Amino acid sequence: MASAGHALPAKGGGFFARPTATTGFWSWFTTVDHKKIGILYGFTAFAFFIIGGLEALVIRAQLAGPDGEIVDAELYNQLFTMHGLTMVFLVVMPLSAAFFNYLIPLMIGARDVAFPRLNAFSYWVFLFGGLFMYSSFVLGGAPNGGWFGYAPVNVQAGEIGALNNMTFYAIGLLILGIASTVSAVNLAVTIINMRAPGMSFFRMPVFIWMAFVVQFLLIFALPIITVGLFLLLFDRILGTSFYASGGDPVLWQHLFWLFGHPEVYILILPAMGIVSEILPTFSRKPLFGYSVVVFSGIAIGIMGWGVWAHHMFTTGLGPVANSAFAVSTMFIAVPTGVKIFNWIATTWGGKIRLATPMLFALGFVAMFTIGGLSGVTHSVVPHDTQQTDTYYVVAHFHYVLFGGAILGLFGGVYYWWPKIFGRVLNEGLGKIHFWLMLIGFNLTFGPFHILGLQGMPRRIYRYPDGMGWNAWNMAATVGSFLIAVSVLVFMWNAVRSRTKGEIAVADPWDGRTLEWTISSPPPAHNFDEVPVVHALDDFWHRKYVEDKGGQLVRVPSGGQEEPGATDAHGTEQAAHGAEQAAHGGSGHGIHMPSPSYMPILTSFGLPMVGYGLMYGYWLSIAGAVVLLTGLYGWALEPDAE
Amino acid sequence: MTARDRRRWLVRAPLFLLLVFLAACAKDAPQDALQPAGPIAEQADNLFRPVFWIATAIFVLVEGLVIVVAVKFRQKRADQPEPKQIHGNTKLELGWTLAPALLLLGVAIPTVITIQDLAAPPAPDALHVTVTGKQWWWEFEYPEQGIVTANELVIPIDREVFLQLESADVIHSFWVPRLAGKQDVVPERTNTMRLIAVEAGQTYLGQCAEFCAISHANMRLRVDTLTPSGFDAWVREQQQPAPEPVAGSLEARGRELFQSNACIQCHATQVGGASLGPNLAHLASRDFFAGATFELNEENLFKWVQDAPSLKPMHPPRIEPNDPTALIEPANKGMPSFLRILSEGEIRAIVAYLLSLN
Repeated sequence: MASAGHALPAKGGGFFARPTATTGFWSWFTTVDHKKIGILYGFTAFAFFIIGGLEALVIRAQLAGPDGEIVDAELYNQLFTMHGLTMVFLVVMPLSAAFFNYLIPLMIGARDVAFPRLNAFSYWVFLFGGLFMYSSFVLGGAPNGGWFGYAPVNVQAGEIGALNNMTFYAIGLLILGIASTVSAVNLAVTIINMRAPGMSFFRMPVFIWMAFVVQFLLIFALPIITVGLFLLLFDRILGTSFYASGGDPVLWQHLFWLFGHPEVYILILPAMGIVSEILPTFSRKPLFGYSVVVFSGIAIGIMGWGVWAHHMFTTGLGPVANSAFAVSTMFIAVPTGVKIFNWIATTWGGKIRLATPMLFALGFVAMFTIGGLSGVTHSVVPHDTQQTDTYYVVAHFHYVLFGGAILGLFGGVYYWWPKIFGRVLNEGLGKIHFWLMLIGFNLTFGPFHILGLQGMPRRIYRYPDGMGWNAWNMAATVGSFLIAVSVLVFMWNAVRSRTKGEIAVADPWDGRTLEWTISSPPPAHNFDEVPVVHALDDFWHRKYVEDKGGQLVRVPSGGQEEPGATDAHGTEQAAHGAEQAAHGGSGHGIHMPSPSYMPILTSFGLPMVGYGLMYGYWLSIAGAVVLLTGLYGWALEPDAE
Repeated sequence: MTARDRRRWLVRAPLFLLLVFLAACAKDAPQDALQPAGPIAEQADNLFRPVFWIATAIFVLVEGLVIVVAVKFRQKRADQPEPKQIHGNTKLELGWTLAPALLLLGVAIPTVITIQDLAAPPAPDALHVTVTGKQWWWEFEYPEQGIVTANELVIPIDREVFLQLESADVIHSFWVPRLAGKQDVVPERTNTMRLIAVEAGQTYLGQCAEFCAISHANMRLRVDTLTPSGFDAWVREQQQPAPEPVAGSLEARGRELFQSNACIQCHATQVGGASLGPNLAHLASRDFFAGATFELNEENLFKWVQDAPSLKPMHPPRIEPNDPTALIEPANKGMPSFLRILSEGEIRAIVAYLLSLN
C-alpha cells in the first residue's frame, strides 16, 4: 500500500509499471490526490481567466468608440463567442471544481473523494477539452456563433464562410461535458458516502450543501445539452435537419436553455456556499438561519428547472407560455432574496473583521443583489422585449457572474490560500485588488444598463456615431482596464507569497469547519485520525462554548470537549487533533489510493476522437482505441497497490 | 476615516448615483427605449417604471444595510466582547419570505395582463405588413397594397400596423425601440407584433437584435411616419411601375447592363416583385440602403456596386468570370463584388439607372 511520501519499487505486470511518486514535477501528471487535482483545476482555470479577460479587453478596445477598427467582424465574433465559452466553461465551472475538489473531503472529514482516478480523469478531460476548443483559432477559426450558438446560425456553413468553427463548438462542449458529468457523480457519491462519523446532513457546512445541489444540477442538466449538441453535430457533419433546412431552430433553444438555466445556478451556488463560510467566520457569529439557507439553495436548484424559457420571451412562444415563465421567474427571486437577508443578518451585530476574504464576501452580497434586481426586471415580459439581446442583459449577467461568482470565488481564494499553500496572501495587496476590482467592475458594467435601455444590442462588432452610446462605452472600456490592473495586483500577491508570505498556521482565521483542524498545507492523508463530529460547526464548538446567555466563552487551548462532557473518546480525539495540527502528522500505515497513468492516458483519446470527426475518421478510430485501452487498464489495475 | 467623513460620503454617494442616472436620459439617443414614441412602447414602459423604482428602493435598503454592517459593527479593538451567537429567527424568516412574494405578486398581475393585451388579434382597420428578415437586411411587403420595399418601413400615424414576422434564413429580431419591444423572426414560423406611431414626419431607428452571423451589426432599419393622406400618396407612388429611362441616356445604358448582368438574379425591379435581394423598383425614394447602413447617394452607390463586400462584411456568391449572369455558390449570402467584372463607366451607368428609380 502506498504511504504518503514513500516511493515503493515499481511493480511489473500490465502495460506500465504503476507510478509511485507522490512528490515532484512528474507526480502531478499521475496524481490522484484530491488536493493536487484541486490545485491543477485552480491554476488552469486561472490561466483561462487571463485569456478570457484578454479577449474582453480586445472587445472593449474595439467598442471604446464608434466605428471601431481594432478587429474585423469575423475575429470580433470569434472573440465574443470564446470569451463567453471560456468564462462559463473554462473559468467559473473549473474554479468551483477546484474548491469542490480541495475542500469537500476536508470539510466532511474524509481522506479523498470516492473515485480518485475518476477525479484525475475529470481534470485531464477539462484541460484537453479547453485546449481542443482553443486550437480552433489556428485550425480555421474559433467558434463564432455566440456561446449560446443559436440555430440556424450554428448550422450554417459554406454560405457564411464558416468551416469548422461551430463544429469545434459542438465537439469541444461535448468533451467538457464529460469532465463535468463524471466529476458530478464522483462528488455526489463522496458527499453521500464519505462523511465523517457524526456528520449528518444537517451538520454539513453550507458550502458542502451548495456543492451537493450543484452536483445534482450537473447530473441532470448536462445530458440535455449533450443531446442538443449531438443533434447539432449531426446537422453539421451528417446533413440531418434537426435545426435547419426544414427543422426547428427553436428546438435548439429549448434544449440549450433547459441546460442553460440550471447552468447559471451551477455557476452561482458554489460562490454562495463560499460566502456562507466566510461571513460567519469574519463576523464571529454562526450563519443566520442555517436550515433556511440550505433549503433556499435546494429550492433554487429545483425551481431553476422551471424558468428556462425566460431566455426565449421574444421567440414567439405565445402569451400562455410567456405568462407562466414570467411568474416562475419572479418567484425564484424569493429564495434568492431570503439568502441575501440571512447573510446580512449573519453579519448584523457581529464583530466584523474586514480582512480581504470578508471584503470579497460583502462585495458578493452587494453586487449580486444588483444583478438579482435587474433579473427581476427581465421577468416583466413586455419590457423584457426591450431589454433582451441588449447591453442591459449583458449588465445583468455580468453583475451576477462577475460581481457574484467571481468576487465570491476570489473571496474563497484569499480565505483558503493559507490552508492550501501554507502562506498567507498579503492583506495590503489584497485590499488594493478588491477595491480596484470593485471600482473597475462597476465602471465597466454599470453603464451597460444604460446602454441597453438606450437601444444598443448585444453582439455587434461596431456601432455608428450619433446613437448616444459613445461616452458610456468609453467609460466601460476604462473600467475593464482597471479590472485588468487589479488582476495583476492579485497575481503579484500570489507570486510574492511563495517566498515572502507569512507562514500560515493551521487555523489563521479562527474558523469553524474541519479543514482548519489540520496543518497548512495538510498532509497527503488529510486527517491522522478520522474526526468524530458532534455538531454543526464542530471545530468552533471545540474552541468555544456558549454560556446560558448565548455569550461565547473560549475553551482552554487544545480544543477539548465542553466542560462536563462524558465522551472520553471525543476528548482524546480532540487533543490528538490539536497535536496533529501542531506537528503535521506522519500518516504511517494509512491506506491511500495510488497514483496512476490511466486517467491522463484515457482522457487523451477524447480530443483525438474529436479531431478525427473533422479531419479523418481514422483519427477518431485511433482515439477510440486509446480511450478503450485506458479504460481497460484502469479497470484492471487495483485502486491502491 | 472619521464617522463624520463616512456620513458625508453616505449622503453624497446616492446623489452622485442620481446624477449618473439622470445623465442616462440622453437627448440624442435615437433608439432610446426610455423615450417611448407610441402606445405599444408606452405599455411596456409603464410596467417598467414602477418596477424600476421598487427595485431601486430594495437596492438602497440592501446596500445600505451592507454599508451599515461594515461601518457600525466593525471590530474596533481585538479584545472587545464576542458577539451574541444568534442562530436564527423564525418571524424574520417568514417576514422576508412573504413580503417579497407578495410584492412580486403585485408585479406579476399587471405583467400577465399586459402580455395578454399585447397578444390580441389585429384591429379590423390595421395596416398589414409582412416583414422578412434576410441576412443582412429587412424586406417589407404590403400585401394589400401590392408593394415590396426594403430597410425603410413607411407607416401612417394613428393606425395600427400589424406585422407578420418571417425569416428567409436564420433567426433575426425586429426592433424599433421607441415604437415597440422586439420580436424574433424565426425560420419555419410566423411571429406577429404591432406598431403604432402618433407623430408624423419622424424617423425612428431600429436594428436586428438577434445575432445573425457576420454582419449582424449592419442589419439596421428605419421607420418613417407619414400622415394618413401622406401615406396614401406614398402608396400610390410606390404602386406606379418603375420610371422608364429616356432612350439613349446613361440611365438606359445602366438598365441594359443591369438586365444583362447578375443583377437580375437577385433584384426585382417590377412593383411587388419578389427577389432574393431588395426590390429596387423605387430604390431612389429611400434615404438609406444596404440594411439602412449607408446613405443613398451617388458616391455610396458607386462604391457598393463596385465592391460591396469591402464595405460590409458578407460571404456573398461570386460572379462567374466568363458568364456575367452566373453565380458561383449562389446559396451564399450578400451582395457580390463586381470589381473585376464591370468597368467604372459601366458602374456609373448602373448607378445613374438606380438613382432614376424614384
